[in-house]
Amino acid sequence: MIEVKGLVKTYGNKHAVDGITFTVKRGEILGFLGPNGAGKSTTMKMITGFIRPDAGTATVGGIDVAVDPVGVKRQLGYLPESAPAYPEMTVEEFLRFIAEIRGFRETSEKRARVEHVLGLTHLASVRTQTIETLSKGYKQRVGFAQALIHNPPALVLDEPTDGLDPNQKNEVRTLIRNMAAEKAVILSTHILEEVEAICTRVIIIASGRIVADETPSALRARQPGARLDEIFRALTT
Amino acid sequence: MSQIRPLFKREFLGYFRSPVAYVFLIAFLLISVSLAFSRYGNFFKAGTASLETYFLFFPWLFMFIVPAVGMRLWSEEKRSGTVELLLTLPVTTLEAVLGKFLAGWAFLTLAVLLSFPMALTVAFLGDPDWGIIASTYLGAILMAGAYLGICALTSALTKNQVISFILSLAACAMLVFLGLSSFTTTLESFLPVGIADVVSNFSFVTHFDAFTKGIVDPKDVAFFLSLIGFTLFLNVVALER
Ligand SMILES: Nc1ncnc2c1ncn2[C@@H]1O[C@H](COP(=O)(O)OP(=O)(O)OP(=O)(O)O)[C@@H](O)[C@H]1O
Ligand SMILES: [Mg+2]
Repeated sequence: MIEVKGLVKTYGNKHAVDGITFTVKRGEILGFLGPNGAGKSTTMKMITGFIRPDAGTATVGGIDVAVDPVGVKRQLGYLPESAPAYPEMTVEEFLRFIAEIRGFRETSEKRARVEHVLGLTHLASVRTQTIETLSKGYKQRVGFAQALIHNPPALVLDEPTDGLDPNQKNEVRTLIRNMAAEKAVILSTHILEEVEAICTRVIIIASGRIVADETPSALRARQPGARLDEIFRALTT
Repeated sequence: MSQIRPLFKREFLGYFRSPVAYVFLIAFLLISVSLAFSRYGNFFKAGTASLETYFLFFPWLFMFIVPAVGMRLWSEEKRSGTVELLLTLPVTTLEAVLGKFLAGWAFLTLAVLLSFPMALTVAFLGDPDWGIIASTYLGAILMAGAYLGICALTSALTKNQVISFILSLAACAMLVFLGLSSFTTTLESFLPVGIADVVSNFSFVTHFDAFTKGIVDPKDVAFFLSLIGFTLFLNVVALER
């Protein structure tokens, strides 16, 4: 579903992403790990068509993002890092706007979509609050809701559980796992246990390069008995 | 292109979600009306039932007021990161540019049309030429669009609203000054008259003047519209860079 080949992005003389290749099939949840500045967000931005790669290609559902960016964007649900949203809009107004631009123009259909994601992400109690007055975790949920509104076949989530309380973290993980059967999901995270809990595959990148691409159990088997963060440290330093 | 509608709606209503819109509209009306009644405007002493003295200041007023509307168009999205959300929704850059521009233009049009009580005052005092009033409004709205095109472009160049405002102001000021007779005379002193003419032809004042005299010259309309088209094209280029 999502296919990335030799992606490169340089800023000045710094290789933010340096030749990354992988594919994610439907039913897979790919966990994207790596230290700060490794190039996780930059890779996601290239897949979603927000920034143009210096080399390499990204395709979603067979469509090259460089050839038909809108075609790719239609199939993607994207939660950017730190979940940007228009602060002066209420949660409901914002989600209605996203629904409209995602092609749900019929009032009843639009309302159904908005209600559905409000329920999924437990936002109903703050629906009339402006986004700037929400707490960090609630803002994050608005970003998540926005990415799910059109039930996309591919999801790209940049730190989806960042800022959520333990209950909500669990809730979001369950939600992702339940949806994943017919979707291709990429999510980045700094929580190693999260990868073990929900991901079917894990890619670790450091300085823009892939240093591990395997199942979570294979990752653990690298150093039997060691903690995950020790394995992570050994791979990325 | 059907994607422009939701973008337009969000952006236009966005002006009214904060006090900015109301502050702007009230300030615009207060300043424009008081300029007309000032000793520079001579609204009463002019002794004619027309809005000429009211619209006389529009090129100058727009120079400050349109950048205030335009500076946030893209800078704000870049600063808050929502541009990443917007440009990963299924819209082309052109649709996003048009949706935002048209919303800003509609807002400016609203501001200009809110001065209509001035026209009614004139009608109450005398017998104005409604043709001239209509053409002047048309000219003012077209001119506002051209100013806004420039401001939208400069705001796409930076995430800093202050820089965006100052860049727009500088660009707009250039386009106003080009038409001043003192400026043209200076130009003519070191440029061939033909070239000086071409340069002063880019001034907003020159093109707006005809509208205030009741002349709707297709050349003036084309000037403003092509300036809008050109700046929006550059706006798309700047965002896709
Ligand atoms: N616009 C930019 N200009 C210059 N350098 C940039 C730019 N965007 C990203 N970088 C650099 O690219 C590298 C990768 O950044 P990226 O945001 O992809 O990291 P990340 O893996 O998402 O990190 P984090 O875990 O902190 O979110 C960093 O070194 C960053 O400084
Ligand atoms: Mg990141």
